[in-house]
Amino acid sequence: MAETGGPDRAPLLSLRGIGKNYGAVVAVRDVDLDVYPGEVLAICGDNGAGKSSLIKIMSGAQAPSAGTIRLRGAETRFRSPHDALLQGVATIYQDLALAPRLSIAANVFMGAELTRPLGLKFLRVLDRARMADEARAYLRRLSVEIADTRRPVAGLSGGQRQAVAISRALRWDAGIVIMDEPTAALGVKETAQVLDLIRRLKSEGRVVILISHNMADVAALATRVVVMRAGAKVIDRPAEGLTPDDLGHMIITGRDVAQ
Amino acid sequence: MSESKSPAASAAVPSGGAGLSAKQVQMRAVIQSVGMLPVLIILAIAFHYLGDERFLTAQNLSIVAQQASINTVLGAGMTFVILTGGIDLSVGSVLAAAAMAALIASLIPGWGMLGVPAALLTGLLFGLVNGGLIAFGKLPPFIVTLGSLTAVRGLARLMGGDSTIFNPDLPFAFIGNATIKLLPGVSIPMLALIALAVILISWFVLRRTVLGIWIYAVGGNQAAARLSGIKVWRILLFVYAVSGLLAGLGGVMSAARLYAANGLQLGQSYELDAIAAVILGGTSFVGGIGSIWGTLIGALIIAVLSNGLTLLGVSDIWQFIIKGLVIIGAVALDRVRLQGSART
Repeated sequence: MAETGGPDRAPLLSLRGIGKNYGAVVAVRDVDLDVYPGEVLAICGDNGAGKSSLIKIMSGAQAPSAGTIRLRGAETRFRSPHDALLQGVATIYQDLALAPRLSIAANVFMGAELTRPLGLKFLRVLDRARMADEARAYLRRLSVEIADTRRPVAGLSGGQRQAVAISRALRWDAGIVIMDEPTAALGVKETAQVLDLIRRLKSEGRVVILISHNMADVAALATRVVVMRAGAKVIDRPAEGLTPDDLGHMIITGRDVAQ
Repeated sequence: MSESKSPAASAAVPSGGAGLSAKQVQMRAVIQSVGMLPVLIILAIAFHYLGDERFLTAQNLSIVAQQASINTVLGAGMTFVILTGGIDLSVGSVLAAAAMAALIASLIPGWGMLGVPAALLTGLLFGLVNGGLIAFGKLPPFIVTLGSLTAVRGLARLMGGDSTIFNPDLPFAFIGNATIKLLPGVSIPMLALIALAVILISWFVLRRTVLGIWIYAVGGNQAAARLSGIKVWRILLFVYAVSGLLAGLGGVMSAARLYAANGLQLGQSYELDAIAAVILGGTSFVGGIGSIWGTLIGALIIAVLSNGLTLLGVSDIWQFIIKGLVIIGAVALDRVRLQGSART
């Protein structure tokens, strides 16, 4: 529904002067970044450009050495990935952080299970039926039909697993979903499925922040592109009209193709 | 390897897409829910007819239930631990120390019933020590509980001055010897009732509570559990505490049965029978898969084997060999089951 945000709208997430150093090594230096509702923001850069460190700061996995984070206008900090999740920032990790031997429903609701009272007020038991139903509903919102969500995740395809991981973000009603290489190690068909999942998140007005080495994915999905180089943000521009080749060129040279 | 056939299969089932046909899924569900129950039934029937129809009598079944009870209680605690992907090798030694504590406390004049809480607390304490070292010290469960297997055995011997403690007037002897009449002619040993109660409570915790699903989550993927906000250390501490507490209960049951405890001999290699019961019951060593009912069936299979082989006059030596082979067979079965259900 929403197109690329402009300066006329309030940013959902706002970074100011973010820096991160590990001892003498500077991984991120003085990054300002605003993310607007409905955006798909691609963060690109070579290995060691600082994008992983930046993502870790945004996901709560690491605290920044310098700078401030504002979420919906209010200054905040993320004490852990779980703390970030509670504040509406979900991260979908490269290895998905799913438990393959557990059921789909148990994975979607992990750490935030649904319960119902059992006669006595103080005693609550798991509501497995509702978890199974709601997990199916979340997946359906992502256009993934799985009839029996009590089956283990292990039997699912790569694309379906991504859908389960994204369903977990939906369960927390995360406004910002960070995805680290979501299509790495996936086949052509499954990649198409995951790209579709990301479009659905965008159409629900959620922000997707994407790290990808796949320039075709970035060109197809992103509304805005940020290029990192030696820890600094060197390019921040709308993605409209960019080809995969343009993107590759920008990453290598660190210069905007329009200039 | 087995992944190679999944694209074709999932294409055949677009809605499910799990790489399995509906029939295979159904089959697997049946196999998983029934588990080793058919093996138990076949063994019981076979022993009955091979042993001149002496096995399936009310009296003998009551003996089997009694023989299975302590192992069932230890196996229940072991199920909690193995579901998190851990192991507790110390339960036999903890049982011995708890039984010693029970006997020592039972000799306090007028306060003999204190033996029961003394044993339970002893078990709980050792369980918390194991759990603390594993949860906070980040030490491997195998190493920690291997250490406590040895250390607690020594403590159990120390407690009784390396001798057997008797109490012919044990105030809680009924726990080990009473039977409860259910129907005319049908009575259940108190020990078996306790074991059944432990299984029912364990089932409730594991299947119906948030705590239970977190135990599975920790065993399923510890990193994912932590990222989801589950306090993994609490879960680890809990499961080892439960295993210790139930080993303490096993100590009470054993002391009550024997009116005596010996720090050296009591509970030797009980941990192996408990682990065998859990694995026979389909709980996987990798964590996150398994059920408490399976453990009950596993413990009953072990008891039926012992009782049945004795009934047939099979020598002690051959009983060891047969039981060992059954355990290996069960672990092999576990491997096959895993290959089928969880392709990670």
